[in-house]
Amino acid sequence: MSRERAPPRVLLYVSSLIALLLSAVPLPSFLDFLRPDFLLLVVVWFALAAPRAGGLAFAFFAGLVLDAFQGVVLGEHSFAFVAIAYLVHRFYLRIRMFPLGHQTLTVMSLLFFYQFILFWIDGVTGHPVTDWARWIPVLTGTIVWPILVGVLSRFLVRS
Amino acid sequence: MAVLRDSGVRPPVPRFSALGLKAMVLAAVSVAIMVVDYRQQHLQVIRSALTSAVYPLQLIVHSPIAAWQRWQASMASRDSLLAENAGLKETVQKDEIRLLRLVAAERENQRLRALLGAAPRIAERVAMAGIMRIELDAFRQRVLIDKGSRDQVFKGQAVIDAYGVVGQVTNVGPVSAEVILLSDNAHSIPVQVSRNDLRTIATGSGDPRRLSLNYLPRAADIKVDDVLLSSGLGGVFPAGYPVGRVVEVRRDPSQPLLSISIEPYAHLDRDQEVLLVWFDKPTAPPAPPEVAKPATSKRHGPAAAGTDAPADATAKPDTPAKSAPAAPAAPGTKPPTAPANGAPAASPARTGTGATP
Repeated sequence: MSRERAPPRVLLYVSSLIALLLSAVPLPSFLDFLRPDFLLLVVVWFALAAPRAGGLAFAFFAGLVLDAFQGVVLGEHSFAFVAIAYLVHRFYLRIRMFPLGHQTLTVMSLLFFYQFILFWIDGVTGHPVTDWARWIPVLTGTIVWPILVGVLSRFLVRS
Repeated sequence: MAVLRDSGVRPPVPRFSALGLKAMVLAAVSVAIMVVDYRQQHLQVIRSALTSAVYPLQLIVHSPIAAWQRWQASMASRDSLLAENAGLKETVQKDEIRLLRLVAAERENQRLRALLGAAPRIAERVAMAGIMRIELDAFRQRVLIDKGSRDQVFKGQAVIDAYGVVGQVTNVGPVSAEVILLSDNAHSIPVQVSRNDLRTIATGSGDPRRLSLNYLPRAADIKVDDVLLSSGLGGVFPAGYPVGRVVEVRRDPSQPLLSISIEPYAHLDRDQEVLLVWFDKPTAPPAPPEVAKPATSKRHGPAAAGTDAPADATAKPDTPAKSAPAAPAAPGTKPPTAPANGAPAASPARTGTGATP
């Protein structure tokens, strides 16, 4: 992971746009709950690889757009995104040093925490989703993370 | 984020304190937005603006899939189109005949209602809307439609399809609106059993093929294949639209309430188009004569067994043609149920929305 070159903000916008679109592409219903939280993964990656470009405000607005996109109560995803982005920013120097496997496990715990925040807000706002399948995106997100790191790092180095 | 320099040099001093403060502020803002959005309607403007801002993105997702479907349709073979056309013509003819019968029934219904002094049937207007091929949330039963406030769509509007009730509008943008389906587990619809006017509430289960009735006591008169219609209480849904069919009734002796599964008639997971319904909210009819009338007609009912069935038919005037086959079954089961459920259920239904929230 290159860390001496701040990525152009173009990469930030393009990748979050693609992540947002991927979060809305219709899938067959049996595949639907496997969908990882692409936008959160992108936010986490930028917080790790380019903490200046992908700051907390970026996380906040990304979450707000996702709220509007999904039509849930405004502020739900932005709160969760800010919380996760804060953790990553707080420890980014350490997490960056982790070997990829170790880093992936860290991301997995972050994803779990993220789902827990959403679960909690859903419960408070009176729309609890108590299906066990809601935790599956944690696993699929963990699987997608190394791929995302590979792809985004490649673009970062080239540009 | 305040500093967006393109040099990659790390700050000499870790920005932890500022970071924590910023996170606190943003989290507090998020919570404030959530509270305001959840408790009040002040954010309607912002939400509407955000909705229209993300609409182009949603179009980006939707259009390739829609284009693919259009292309597939335009590539359909001549033979299959001809066959489809013939089938549709046949259906239209059958429907025309059914409709003719229905017109006569409706006229009769109006006359009978006039005799009863009941409020006339509610005028309705519908408009078609397409469902956008967009996945909003895997664990919520919600869809996006391509009509918005520009087409007079409003929040809380009822949405139906050719088979039954689909759901209601929850968010309205300028050119799009979000619809919560009956099967969302945060959604409930007031219904009544067409056979005996037993009223209850059908709640979504998260599965597009299932609804559930959770509030009926064990002694309630309901059985498999009973048809549920929207009761119109609450004023969101027009009365008398088919909602679903009872597929399972579980009587657990240890539980005070029944657990009942409903299969919705609407094709919640397959629809491409839906209908938006505008109807005038039923105004509260003058109360005293309304309460008296059904009571007397009920008293006449059991006296002569032959008049029971017609009396029953007038009690549920908004029933569509679907319940016509169910009517002959009613007299057989009527004597035991009429004193228990029929009479109390029928009279409050006439008085309006006061009885049930």
